[in-house]
Amino acid sequence: MSNVSNVPPRGLFARLFEPPRIGAMAPGAKFIVYTLLLAWSAFVLFPIYWLLITSVKSAADVNGGPVYIPFVDFIPSLHAWRELFVVDYADTLRAYVNSIIISLAATALAVLIGSMAAYALARIRYQPNLITILLFVLVMAAALFAIGSYGVDWRLVLVVGVGIFYFLSKAVASRVHVPLANGDILFWMISQRILAPIVVVVPIYMMFQSVRMLDTHLAIILTYAVVNLPIVIWLMYDFFNSIPKDLEESAQLDGATMIMTFREIVLPLSRAGLAATTLLVMILCWNEYLLALFLSTAKAQTMPILVAAMNAGERGILWWSMSVVIIVMIIPVVFMAIVLQRYISKGVLLGAVKG
Amino acid sequence: MTSTTGRVVNSQPGYLPADNSQPPSRRFRFNEWLDGHARQLFITPAVVMILIFSIFPLVASLIIAFSRVRLKAGGYQVRFVGFQNFSKQIFGSEQFHFLGTFTSLTFLGWAVALSATGAILWWMFRYITTGFSVVGFIGRLITALVILGISWMFAATFFSGNPFGTLGVTLFYVFIGCAIQFIIGLALAFLCSQPIRGRNFFRVVFFIPMMITPIGVGYLFRMMADTTKGPFSPAWQWFGLNDFAWAANPWTARLFIIIGDSWQWIPFIFIILLAAFENIPRDYVEAGQVDGASNWQIFREISWPQVMPVAVTVMLIRVIEGFKIVDLPNIMTSGGPGIATESMSLHSLFAWRSLDLGQSAAIAYLLLFVTVVICVSFFNLIVVNRMRRI
Repeated sequence: MSNVSNVPPRGLFARLFEPPRIGAMAPGAKFIVYTLLLAWSAFVLFPIYWLLITSVKSAADVNGGPVYIPFVDFIPSLHAWRELFVVDYADTLRAYVNSIIISLAATALAVLIGSMAAYALARIRYQPNLITILLFVLVMAAALFAIGSYGVDWRLVLVVGVGIFYFLSKAVASRVHVPLANGDILFWMISQRILAPIVVVVPIYMMFQSVRMLDTHLAIILTYAVVNLPIVIWLMYDFFNSIPKDLEESAQLDGATMIMTFREIVLPLSRAGLAATTLLVMILCWNEYLLALFLSTAKAQTMPILVAAMNAGERGILWWSMSVVIIVMIIPVVFMAIVLQRYISKGVLLGAVKG
Repeated sequence: MTSTTGRVVNSQPGYLPADNSQPPSRRFRFNEWLDGHARQLFITPAVVMILIFSIFPLVASLIIAFSRVRLKAGGYQVRFVGFQNFSKQIFGSEQFHFLGTFTSLTFLGWAVALSATGAILWWMFRYITTGFSVVGFIGRLITALVILGISWMFAATFFSGNPFGTLGVTLFYVFIGCAIQFIIGLALAFLCSQPIRGRNFFRVVFFIPMMITPIGVGYLFRMMADTTKGPFSPAWQWFGLNDFAWAANPWTARLFIIIGDSWQWIPFIFIILLAAFENIPRDYVEAGQVDGASNWQIFREISWPQVMPVAVTVMLIRVIEGFKIVDLPNIMTSGGPGIATESMSLHSLFAWRSLDLGQSAAIAYLLLFVTVVICVSFFNLIVVNRMRRI
């Protein structure tokens, strides 16, 4: 430390906020940073701690006022756990299995279809005709109006509608061509995320009702997959764009088809992006409540519905049981997050957000 | 041709096995067909799914919004009623619920309304005099009209001492909530990007709330906020506030929901902004330190310009998601007291529960309209502008 002698003497406070060397932090600044971060950790962790101890409290402990520390303030009991996993294990297990099936299948479907579309948009030039699209929407509106207002059978309308659309698109759209570009398709797909579920949920409910698919896994899986498709397309489009094209081009020179290139070269290269996207979509599917509320009544009920179900009956809210359900809901997500954590911390999501 | 795998050779278009006497196998023909249609095959599933589950319901919802739907044996009866559902919300008997209660404007109300109008007129005037394009003008006109309507709505309700409706509540959640979440998320990400120990610990801990289902967060915060049996009840009693209940007063109830929402969504902003901060080369910051810049100067002059494009996009995502808020108010206060915490999604859900499908769809469409106008304006006027400047 030869340069110390050159520095004029300063007060204690100034020295607290002066970094001892370049790239390090001043002691005072360090103290403030740790204080703030630990304070926020407490704010985050305290509700979770409360959740954990509530799950082992008896009804009397919850209703008699706050008790904080197990074995000191109160005697923990596993009655709520026992009730959910021994007495009512059928209901709990069914909701758990439903949730696992639905979120795994919906995530897989969304990631598969979404990354295929994203890859196509990143590599192939499309020029859809705006006129065809407008025709399609018009025919669809007319068909729906016919079904709704005049009670025409939907199968008949479907056949006639497809026929009319085919005829019109041959007659009109082949003459007038207003081409759109890939950017338009991408924007259209991503902008679907703006739709609040409440806007589309009633027609989706009616649609599944008319084909007798309410309260089935498939109905919820399809709906969740579509709701999360925009996220997948957005994140994966960016990721595919960041992969150099050379590898794919040399594979194509060797005679690989596009599907093969995608499966054997592109997907393995974009493992990080896929992992981050999968985790995000999985969390969203796992925790979704509103759509599940509409689309399931008994057989296909998911865990969030079970959480809400703890607020039923004349006994009021069963806080202890609810805490158990919330805790067992967090466990798989934490497990997945730990497995996929290194992909998230690499800032994969950052790429897409940078735009 | 020396290919590594047999499969690659097999499906090469136009290639036939050396022994031409045998017809090509079915698998070979299928692969060739797949390859020929790869263009369509890759994108069709996504387009079809979006058409069926997103565009179709959107059109159907629009038709429902313009009609009165009655349940009858074996189906529905839909009768076209024009703008009746919408006019009921905006001018008619449901006005108090959607927009709020109007009386004559007070002095403050007039001041707010007139200054907002003046600012918007000035903004439009400046656009017309500096540069002008038809599309840009129409877009700005729509934005201006919506913002004008919203500011008059707030002037006549909030600033004149009247309660406001679900539109005002939703905007309150979106703007105040997102602003709080952004400031805290940014601060945490900046602090966590400093050269400190235990960074991974903080990263994992701060991410946890995002993993909890929103409905669980709702009940969790109801437990937390309970002033008689909750963990902080001794503190409430010490302050002599035993009878206080968060959900009984409109403003504390709204604040209560914003706290829950922030607890859950700050992690999202935090995790992406942290990645953005860590992406800044250390050299920049160290060069600043060599030149003797203070911490605040380093943040303002070095870190912030690098992080800002990401921050703007994160805010756009958060605002889009913020407009959908429904679980938390439903669980924490069920929209109460009265309608003080009812968001537009919840309003629509309640209308659906009372089997008024037309009203429900009309409210949902109004929500969609407001969301689209605000998000598109935000994107075109702020995000694009920022990108151009950098």
